[in-house]
Amino acid sequence: MRLITKIGEWFDHRLQLAAPIREAAGHPVPRNTASWFYVFGSAALTVFLLQVVTGILLALIYVPSAGEAWSSLQALNHQVTLGWCIRAMHGWGSNFMVAIVLIHMVQVFLFGAHKFPRELTWILGVFLLLMTLGMAFSGQVLRFDQDAYWGLGIGASIASRVPIIGPAVVKLMLGGPIIAGATLSRFFALHVFVIPGLLIAFVGLHVLMVLKLGINEWPMPGRIVKRATYEAEYHALTKKDGEPFVPYAIWKDMFFAAFIVLAIAACAFYFGPFGPTGQPDPTIIQTAPKPDYFFLWLYALLSLLPPSLETPFLLICPPLVILGLILLPFLSGEGEKSWKRRPIAVVTVLMIAITLGTFTRMAQFTPWSPHMNAWSGDPVPEHYIHGTTALERQGALVFQVKQCRNCHSLGNTGGQRGPTLDSVAVRLTQDQLIRQVIQGGGNMPAYGNNLSPAETTALVAFLETLHPTTQSPARDAARELVLSNGQLQTSGTQP
Amino acid sequence: MSTNTVTAPPAEAGLSRRGFFMKLGILFNGFAAIVLALPVARFLFSSITRGRGNGYLSWVRLGDVGNFPEGETRMTTFRNPLVMPTDGKTVDTACWVRRVAGDQFQVFAINCAHLGCPVRWFPQSGLFMCPCHGGAYYRDGSRASGPPERGLFEYAYKIENGVLTIDAGQLPTPGDPVASLTSEKPPCA
Repeated sequence: MRLITKIGEWFDHRLQLAAPIREAAGHPVPRNTASWFYVFGSAALTVFLLQVVTGILLALIYVPSAGEAWSSLQALNHQVTLGWCIRAMHGWGSNFMVAIVLIHMVQVFLFGAHKFPRELTWILGVFLLLMTLGMAFSGQVLRFDQDAYWGLGIGASIASRVPIIGPAVVKLMLGGPIIAGATLSRFFALHVFVIPGLLIAFVGLHVLMVLKLGINEWPMPGRIVKRATYEAEYHALTKKDGEPFVPYAIWKDMFFAAFIVLAIAACAFYFGPFGPTGQPDPTIIQTAPKPDYFFLWLYALLSLLPPSLETPFLLICPPLVILGLILLPFLSGEGEKSWKRRPIAVVTVLMIAITLGTFTRMAQFTPWSPHMNAWSGDPVPEHYIHGTTALERQGALVFQVKQCRNCHSLGNTGGQRGPTLDSVAVRLTQDQLIRQVIQGGGNMPAYGNNLSPAETTALVAFLETLHPTTQSPARDAARELVLSNGQLQTSGTQP
Repeated sequence: MSTNTVTAPPAEAGLSRRGFFMKLGILFNGFAAIVLALPVARFLFSSITRGRGNGYLSWVRLGDVGNFPEGETRMTTFRNPLVMPTDGKTVDTACWVRRVAGDQFQVFAINCAHLGCPVRWFPQSGLFMCPCHGGAYYRDGSRASGPPERGLFEYAYKIENGVLTIDAGQLPTPGDPVASLTSEKPPCA
């Protein structure tokens, strides 16, 4: 024991780190900040460290070459002992990291911690969020499979829309004219050297500022932040009502950090690693690429925006959002901290959460994507052709063969791009059906060139049978009137 | 020690000897940085500068004209003209070849004009459909529905000694539809 003390003293005589560490550990924090709400920052740091460790382990096997990356992932999954486990930990770690960083950000915002004098801490945090998302995207690229390949194509297509410099940005991003070896190599450099290096530097500054400026006190409604008096008030508070960070507050951080690590491990063991999906071979086009979980909302947005709004939205919104986040502590650097007195802040957070949540949920169904195999894979439900005429059955055949089913569902199977057709005959008359089929419109292609008159007649005859037994099909009342009038007239002229 | 005391430079002197050397040192390092920056920048941006003026494009053979029946659209693959040793399978590119009639062709990029996903051809309905965001195109490549703002990207083509050849080598994107710039408009888009 005395030997260890002696060795420790020998090192500290040279390093002189013990005193500042002891000071940092013992710095007083307001008593009520020792709360379960204050554990997300340290949890994010813990997950980051876990990502560094599992990332280095993966790099022992992974080959960042477009020709071999996919097979090295297969080797990790199937050949290397517990390679699947490390991959799963890294993949789930990234999901947890994005989630925890976002929760941390919401907590900080709702507790008013971005206000004076912690503006710069918040701004660094915004950059840390962007870097976390950058790690998430580049990590998805390193899992070099079909999703990664076509995901890069989507990234390139978005980047190309930047005015003037777009094409150059694409070539810089891809490292050449196409998605190939150089693309993977540069994303490897970003994911393994550039962004982690910046992350470590920014995390260091972020934590240093928390230590220097003190943890945000628990917000009390009515306790107003003023630039002139805040620091003195905070100092008085920690003096009067402060306790040393270690061990008064840190035990909750430690418990939560361990809990999160165990949760990641549990997910990794139970669900296993992510992919890789099919080989990154651009000639295999039977694929429906999808981004990872945290970018699903963007996938939904890109499908649902009106085409003309898409480019302006993509180019204007992200810089505006980032600028808004950076300017936030300057626009509301003083005043109330408590969420109880900041209804707009609470509503904003709720709105963003609900929007992102809805888009993410929708992107799990992708109702906007045609089901490429529905026409040959999903048969017309039996009861729709019971007791139908030969013409109507022929129409059902046309309906399948012409891939209508890829976008229109019957009996809850098939695409959802267009409206479901289970009761289309109630909505549209015969004339309207013919017009819609031939001319298209309302986001439906025109089939006039691809259907013979006989096929159109059969198809419309089938569509007219699609109505609930309790409801009769729509009919054009005027048409019958005109027809009967015509008959009257013709019968009138006969004698 | 006392015999060797360093005297502070007089305050009124505008530039001391040491101050001058420090400034010179900064200047010298700035020069070294510029010397270093030039090759670094050229290296870093080489993928842009090389592509200037379509430096990446060249004529690629797709195969005998006879392989493509008239009135049909078929997928074919070609190898990207620029190949690096670590590219693996990624240099193999797919495209859709439509032989309108005789020597009249349309060669479409596989990438959707919306965000680059691979479009699939459905001969029965005469449509190209995209699995990602639901873009659809008619048989001549013009936009049918969905989020794309334009028709499919087209490669310029020529027929040399009965072999269909296209001007390819770069990923077409909405902001840089390389292929369509050099291609003639289809007769009835």
